[in-house]
Amino acid sequence: MLEPQNNSFVMYDEEFQRISVVIEKLLRESNSKVIFLVDKNGQLIANCGETEHLDTTSLASLTAGNIAATGGLAKLIGEKEFSILFHEGEKDNIHISIIAQRVILVVIFDHRSSLGLVRLRVKKASDELAGIFEDLAVKAAEMEKTGNVDSPFAEITDDDIDNLFS
Amino acid sequence: MSFINYASREINCKIVYYGPGLCGKTTNLQFVYQKTAPDAKGKMISLATETERTLFFDFLPLALGEIRGFKTRFHLYTVPGQVFYDASRKLILKGVDGVVFVADSQEVRLDANIESLENLKDNLEEQGYQLEKLPFVIQYNKQDLPNCTPIEELRELLNPDGVTEFTACAQTGEGVFETLKAVAKLILLELKKGGAAG
Repeated sequence: MLEPQNNSFVMYDEEFQRISVVIEKLLRESNSKVIFLVDKNGQLIANCGETEHLDTTSLASLTAGNIAATGGLAKLIGEKEFSILFHEGEKDNIHISIIAQRVILVVIFDHRSSLGLVRLRVKKASDELAGIFEDLAVKAAEMEKTGNVDSPFAEITDDDIDNLFS
Repeated sequence: MSFINYASREINCKIVYYGPGLCGKTTNLQFVYQKTAPDAKGKMISLATETERTLFFDFLPLALGEIRGFKTRFHLYTVPGQVFYDASRKLILKGVDGVVFVADSQEVRLDANIESLENLKDNLEEQGYQLEKLPFVIQYNKQDLPNCTPIEELRELLNPDGVTEFTACAQTGEGVFETLKAVAKLILLELKKGGAAG
């Protein structure tokens, strides 16, 4: 599921619910403002907290770009990756970490929390999230093997596609 | 790699605009941005230098509508075209679902086009992709300029496999949406194939 070429990354309802529970717990326990999970390719997977005034799509894309650039830097000096990034602002701070080398966990917090608390809680949540993504990978692989891929696109017609552009 | 989300009933695909420096990749995205209804687009992000040369990428999220109850979203990216930004170009190709190669039709840029296309192939291969197997279209941009290489010659040098191609003038928008539609369609057909094969 994680390899090119052209395989899709699939998210199912069940895992999505489990992920939501974990990040909402993390939001409470770390006293943070916003949490979101982003695929390394820049796709937003899930988010919670004060997201109303945030452009989450752009945030996701830039976070992935940021991680990609830092990953490139890491390779240049012989590291596999930098698993944690931290950006400190005047009011808000961003803590970015990589889960299971694939998914990016972003925590935005202000003075109500602290870097230490966020790091502590993120570590715990990361293990739980890694487990869920592992399950997801197994599930997707099984679906593919058994041919039970219930793709909504298997039966699309040319008309369906043309209608998108009308 | 497309992202199919059954929970939010969304599908996200990534399109990358590739090509030599100053060929009009950013201009393509800008035109799409200008001409798209506000509710169908997100903010366009340009990470550019002070002289408006792309430094890392441009990003434009587009929502096209629904197919079979799934919201279809395309994320459009450009790469920095200048030769020395190769490390950044590689990063942006990660997880790509479809590629648009924007060629600069001016005679003086012929070599730059060829070099950029080769660079695209190399960078894709490094990530385990093959250009021939990806949804791929070519756009011959800047057709309004007087000193263009004839289409036949461009085709022979840049498009020997005969993939879908368009002439364009991104500044006025000619050919821009045709190009985008063509690559989006190829991506959706690829998804359909993947779904049917499963």
